[in-house]
Amino acid sequence: MTAQTMPAQPKETLNLRPVPWRRMLGVTWRQHRIALVGVAALLVVLAVWLWIAGTSVHHAYAAVLACHPAGSAACQDLASTFNGTWNSVSYWTIFLQLVPALIGAFVGAPVLARELETGTFRFAWTQGFERWRWALAKLVALAVVLAAATFAFSALVSWCYQPFLGANNQDLGIYGNSPLVTVFSLREVTFPAWTVATFAIGALAGMLIRRVVPAIVAALAVYAGLAVAAAAFLREHYLTPLVTSDSNVPGTAWIIGQWWTKNGRFAFAGNPPDSLLSQCSFPQGPGGKGGVGGGVAGPPSSVNPFAQCLAPHGYAEWNSFQPASRFWPFQWIEGGWLLLLAALLIALTIWLVHRRAA
Amino acid sequence: MNVVEASGLGKRYGRTWALRECTLEIPAGRVAALVGPNGAGKTTLLNLAVGLSAPSAGAVTVLGGRRAGSPAALDGIAFVAQDTPLYKTLSVADMIYIARSLNRRFDQPYARARLEELGIPPKRKAGKLSGGQQSQLALTLALARRPRLLVLDEPVAMLDPVARHDFMATVLAAVSDYGVSVLLSSHVLTELERVANYLILLSRGQVRLAGEVDDLLAIHGQASLEELAMTYLREIPAGAAQ
Repeated sequence: MTAQTMPAQPKETLNLRPVPWRRMLGVTWRQHRIALVGVAALLVVLAVWLWIAGTSVHHAYAAVLACHPAGSAACQDLASTFNGTWNSVSYWTIFLQLVPALIGAFVGAPVLARELETGTFRFAWTQGFERWRWALAKLVALAVVLAAATFAFSALVSWCYQPFLGANNQDLGIYGNSPLVTVFSLREVTFPAWTVATFAIGALAGMLIRRVVPAIVAALAVYAGLAVAAAAFLREHYLTPLVTSDSNVPGTAWIIGQWWTKNGRFAFAGNPPDSLLSQCSFPQGPGGKGGVGGGVAGPPSSVNPFAQCLAPHGYAEWNSFQPASRFWPFQWIEGGWLLLLAALLIALTIWLVHRRAA
Repeated sequence: MNVVEASGLGKRYGRTWALRECTLEIPAGRVAALVGPNGAGKTTLLNLAVGLSAPSAGAVTVLGGRRAGSPAALDGIAFVAQDTPLYKTLSVADMIYIARSLNRRFDQPYARARLEELGIPPKRKAGKLSGGQQSQLALTLALARRPRLLVLDEPVAMLDPVARHDFMATVLAAVSDYGVSVLLSSHVLTELERVANYLILLSRGQVRLAGEVDDLLAIHGQASLEELAMTYLREIPAGAAQ
């Protein structure tokens, strides 16, 4: 007995116009405003601290730059004041490495895990907004907001570090390092990229684990593994290192490897064998061969005593390094693979939402 | 038109079949009661009908041949899940906003008027409402979508008798005012007595009996739905594999 007097409307709803995407903005805001306000509060507090610290760093640097002549004792004092100010600031900025991980994990993991843990997915996924569109809209909106906020923050980090990365700092007596190493992951491309990647890891972990706290822990663990892998193994291979036998590698370069050749063939890497060392005598003993030692020109730091000693024996020093000019290419390479990873993980998460059985 | 049509429908979790060889047609305009003991497969069948899960075997369509879970199906079905899940930290007004945003149709004046009638303040957090109020809120959000089929999973199981009565009264008002078809599951038979005019009896993952309540009572010579259900459920020996 299925005959009904209800008016048949087979065509009416078959080509439904989907619910507009933009409506998810308000939904996402309402559901995640506590997390987003938390992120904003964290970043604002850190930004105020960076602003105060950065201002004192900039003042100290301006004093060094204004000092003439650069080599005078007074100027060296100012330089050491700057280095002191800097050291205390840079010590604390190490902890900024945690910011992308914390933001990504604490915002990303609950997006799906909370719905699955509390059962509200049964509400969300049975509304007229298809669930894969719902997941896509939410994840993309949150990722974009996090990327924008962390980009702004990393611009402030860069401003704070600006004096430290000056081109001729070494002449001023300021300790320098390669920008490829110094806070590389806190800069404008990598910082948002790490945040978005951790967010995507958290979202997927939440979908798979279905519980908020374990998903956060899992996201942090995966982040830690990736961050260590990137810093310790991947980053130096982003581009083929340059190789030079000139021992005067620029101070801003990131030295990847160092080895020695004898008569054009590989001899050893790292420390010279003891048999060779015994032929050298440093620092001021009687030089074996003429012309070695004694030189007083140039700052001592730029002269490698091994090179001085070993060169007459037919040894040549080789360095492989990444020049500081590769800073932005490296930023984009790291940012690129992180964002690609994030896109893949988000796509996988949406696919799981689409086909997950309740 | 059939609001739900299943043929050979089955759902397996791991090695266990939660639902097997389920074939049924629920005509439109009914209040259909899905009855069976705990673990009979009621929730599984409802989840398949609303598209929350995909069948392991067979097929299920809703509202005259629309694939369950498809946009067209979602558009015409409102579902209130077991324990009426709501975003507990959000206010009632936020819940209305979310439900309105996620649907093509949403009768906001109805929702607001209904909640005012129930004395549910819009600024109150959903989690701070009483159990009865929470289920009324979930029901109001579902009905404001103006669905053609309302699916309710154990809607009154957690409610006290007064809240139960009020909830069913809201459902029946929607049936008479808007002509919505209803499919609800319950193991509280006495509640269904007054409201259901179509019965599906489910036990151990299989449909035992399905049809108009009046016809079934006449055929089986039982005085009430409860008696009919009890007789049928008792006829299946415990532990018998069918």
